[in-house]
Amino acid sequence: MNAPIVQGRDLHLSFGQTPALRGADISVQAGEILAVMGPSGSGKSTLLHCLAGILVPDSGEVHVNGRRLDTLPDAERSMLRRTQFGFVFQFGQLVPELTAEENVALPLLLGGSHRTAALKTARKWFMRLDLDGLGKRRAGELSGGEAQRVALARGLVTEPEILFADEPTGALDSLLGEQVMNLLTSAARQQATTVVLVTHEPRVAAYADREVIVRDGRVTALTVARAAS
Amino acid sequence: MTVPIALLGLLEREPSHGYDLKREYDTFFGRGKPLPFGQVYATLGRLARDGKVVMGETEHGAGPDRKRYVITEDGVSDVETWLKEPVPAEPHLQTMLFTKVVLALMSGRPAQEYLDLQRASHLQRMRELTELRRTAEPIDALLADHGLFHLEADLRWIDLTSARLNALAEWVRR
Repeated sequence: MNAPIVQGRDLHLSFGQTPALRGADISVQAGEILAVMGPSGSGKSTLLHCLAGILVPDSGEVHVNGRRLDTLPDAERSMLRRTQFGFVFQFGQLVPELTAEENVALPLLLGGSHRTAALKTARKWFMRLDLDGLGKRRAGELSGGEAQRVALARGLVTEPEILFADEPTGALDSLLGEQVMNLLTSAARQQATTVVLVTHEPRVAAYADREVIVRDGRVTALTVARAAS
Repeated sequence: MTVPIALLGLLEREPSHGYDLKREYDTFFGRGKPLPFGQVYATLGRLARDGKVVMGETEHGAGPDRKRYVITEDGVSDVETWLKEPVPAEPHLQTMLFTKVVLALMSGRPAQEYLDLQRASHLQRMRELTELRRTAEPIDALLADHGLFHLEADLRWIDLTSARLNALAEWVRR
């Protein structure tokens, strides 16, 4: 097996007196879509935030592409997040004052792209994600399903190596959730983006190649045994 | 059929008579549908014939003589194998899973591991159905959806059971 593109080793993190991660180990292979499941409060979102360099663990190591992430200075971690990672969250978290296409172009603009070029790239994603005609709308004028597809476009617009998705369909009904997951997984597979997908929904996890479960801040990898006949 | 394996699981705790076995079976697994005595003795007879149990000493008392049944190594191995095998998705899965969880807790085996194995097996099937739905004609996609919702219901039960394992273990060992 190749070296993992993302690896967390013996991660511990507490919020005050409350431990969220207690020795979590996780490996994600390049190009893989990995579902991270677990009960509420198990530490799965905290784990995702540590792997993505949003949070720094109290102890343990995070490696991305062979480079240690948790010891990098803030500015370098931010740079890595902007250039190599994409993010999709449960409620989209679009900027309401900006139009849909400005929201999608945002990561490119923050990375220093020229506005015209950034908007041009953003518009390509409107075609890919069935968002034609919605580019000029303000984020606040979009429906839940539209907003989440815009958020997905924003997560993928930089063609990141790794997409971190935290309950990306959590606020959508079954049909819209299915649409978002179909788009997310086909786009990720087309551009060989690795996806770390936090979800509590088995039907969402079923889009992934593999799943792990977080319980009490530790990770259990499941292996599929052959069912009895 | 879970009756033979459930009786073996109960015998693994301690050797027992047919009457006591029936009572315990009804308590843990009967769910308002008691096991007929005839079935208990017929099952024990088959298990003895197949070398899964042996008859221990006969106890003489006021009533009819009572035979104690003792599980053999072969019987224990059957229980072990059955617990580890995930069950294919089917309508009576929960009865079977419930029996697995209770027997595992009774014998101090890792119930969580068996639930995880089942979980992985269910998710594997859900992956197959998700892929099928992506490429299938609408009618097959609808059937795949039906299967997915049923598997999801099982998984929710598995999750809830996982969360309640400690309380269940206390109840079973009472």
